[in-house]
Amino acid sequence: MRELTYSEAIREALAEEMARDPSVFLIGEDVGVFGGVFGVTQGLLDQFGEARVLDTPISESAIIGAALGAAMMGMRPVAEIMFGDFLPIAGDQIVNQLAKARYMSGGKANVPVTVRVTTGAPGSAAQQHSQSPEAWFMNVPGLKIVTPATPADAKGLLKSAIRGDDPVLFFEHKMLYAERGDVPPDPDFLVPFGEARLAREGAHITVVAIGGMLRHALRAADQLAEEGIQLEVIDPRTLVPFDLETVVRSIEKTGRLIIAHEAHKRCGAGAEIAALIAEEALDWLDAPIVRVAAKNVPIPYAPALEQYVLPSAEDIVAAAHKLALPLRIR
Amino acid sequence: MITDLTGLTPELLREMYRRMVLVREFELRAIAERRIGLIPGFIHASIGQEASAVGVGMAMRPEDVFTSTHRGHGHLISKGGDVARMMAELAARATGYCGGRGGSLHIADFALGSLGANGIVAGGIPMAVGAALAFAMRGEERVAVSFFGDGAANQGAFHEALNLAGLWKLPVVFVCENNLYGEGTPQHKQAPLADLALRARSYAFPGVIVDGNDAPSVYRAASEALERARHGLGPTLLECKTYRWHGHYEGDPQVYKPTGEQQEWQARCPIVRLGAALVTAGVATEADLEAIREAVRAELDEAVAFARQSPQPQPDEALMGVYAETHGGKVF
Repeated sequence: MRELTYSEAIREALAEEMARDPSVFLIGEDVGVFGGVFGVTQGLLDQFGEARVLDTPISESAIIGAALGAAMMGMRPVAEIMFGDFLPIAGDQIVNQLAKARYMSGGKANVPVTVRVTTGAPGSAAQQHSQSPEAWFMNVPGLKIVTPATPADAKGLLKSAIRGDDPVLFFEHKMLYAERGDVPPDPDFLVPFGEARLAREGAHITVVAIGGMLRHALRAADQLAEEGIQLEVIDPRTLVPFDLETVVRSIEKTGRLIIAHEAHKRCGAGAEIAALIAEEALDWLDAPIVRVAAKNVPIPYAPALEQYVLPSAEDIVAAAHKLALPLRIR
Repeated sequence: MITDLTGLTPELLREMYRRMVLVREFELRAIAERRIGLIPGFIHASIGQEASAVGVGMAMRPEDVFTSTHRGHGHLISKGGDVARMMAELAARATGYCGGRGGSLHIADFALGSLGANGIVAGGIPMAVGAALAFAMRGEERVAVSFFGDGAANQGAFHEALNLAGLWKLPVVFVCENNLYGEGTPQHKQAPLADLALRARSYAFPGVIVDGNDAPSVYRAASEALERARHGLGPTLLECKTYRWHGHYEGDPQVYKPTGEQQEWQARCPIVRLGAALVTAGVATEADLEAIREAVRAELDEAVAFARQSPQPQPDEALMGVYAETHGGKVF
């Protein structure tokens, strides 16, 4: 095992899959010469040439549509949409075309399209470059929604996405690109979809932490441990499919649930997860479910405003305190 | 208006006539069957536009592919679509092209190169560009065709797709069937220019205008565009000037059509016109044409019977086929 950054892990996954399968190619804005606006695809143009690393015009509909058409003809495109905020520019191609192509054709269309896209607030990027739009697309059957939170998962989940035959929205959190972690060098290292990862064991409160919130949840867990409150932190890794079983099993132990995501609270992924738990595991809960999420306003520019709106480790700590009082720990 | 048959074999011309009649009769039959309850969904009939569909469809090679539209029955029939499976899909039967999942708006037949009709007017255009990209990347001599209407030429996807295709000189032919109406609004109220083919200049490839009610003209223009594309010379925007005899959908009261306009266009019926040219040129007799029409009607009788006799899909089949992999049922 060796350490890579999240960014390097993604690049390694892309390079390995491109080397393995000639039908894999990259298509997007600034993915070639520029190397990706966050530097993720640096070097891939030199390694694979411009026939397989395609710089496009600023045309999100054409990028997704071209990826879909090429996929239907047997290719495995990895499209890049620079910011999650830009996904609606390609809204029809994602929601009405990509997501539904297999179903509406009666299974004739094979749709191995991976859409890499950045998510989350990088700091003072304001309203149109800071959003976490995962849940916008959870309501669209046909898409798979992947939210890697560690370098190893970034690699293993991306490889699963590329090798799979379904359209995947692969959300890379901008603030994780420089995070380091152990990444298996095995070129066939795959992380399956629909299997959550137990990031930290604990007896008292379950925290489902999505994407960029994982590191905050782990920090909160460290802090709370000093007070004797143990968080059990679960990283779902994929929101569609969602590993409900792992979360329920944890709640059977803790009786308490916090869901943390950087997306806005209203109708964020947490709303769906809370509803699933209410349907499937209400009897196990000893306290109301708490969501830690961005406030329901557009993400502001000024750091003072932005930090107020975005969820933090402190918010998770506060939520845990609320749940732990009165401390009725089983 | 003289129909020039130069360079087209008698066999091809007779088949062209047959397919145009098949498109027309399919539409008429579907409308009639919808009225008596066989077909639950809406129908966007292409009556009056048979020449553009068949002229292009017959110019394509079997290995070429196309994206189609809400008014797409003619496109699939023009490339050899199975009218029984089409009728069954319209009738929402398990034996239909999409097992009853898609209906008229989403019929696809990958074996024949149909990547699907589409409920979004410009939705298929970027997809055709992607198919062309795959052909170009693999060095295959195949072409992707995208059918769409004049209304679609005002959506963003049209411009993004044509720009990309022009930039990369992809093997794609954009076929704009300009029937003068985008839904219920005339073209002159939707675009500041009458000739949409001019838009090709913005994307640095040829824009060609053709009489869309003259199948041989469409066929020749499409063949040229397909060959250009096949030989690496890039896209063409082919604008077929035609007219929609029916409403945007069946039941549309068509209050927006000026008096007399439709009669004028009906006098230029593409099927009557090709038939007359075939008779004049000695390619077929009136009796031959009648025999073709009879055979088509018989084929459609069988198609309707097939649809009627076919089972409805099982309700829980609705849950299948959303994904290739369901991860132990965590998605379905």
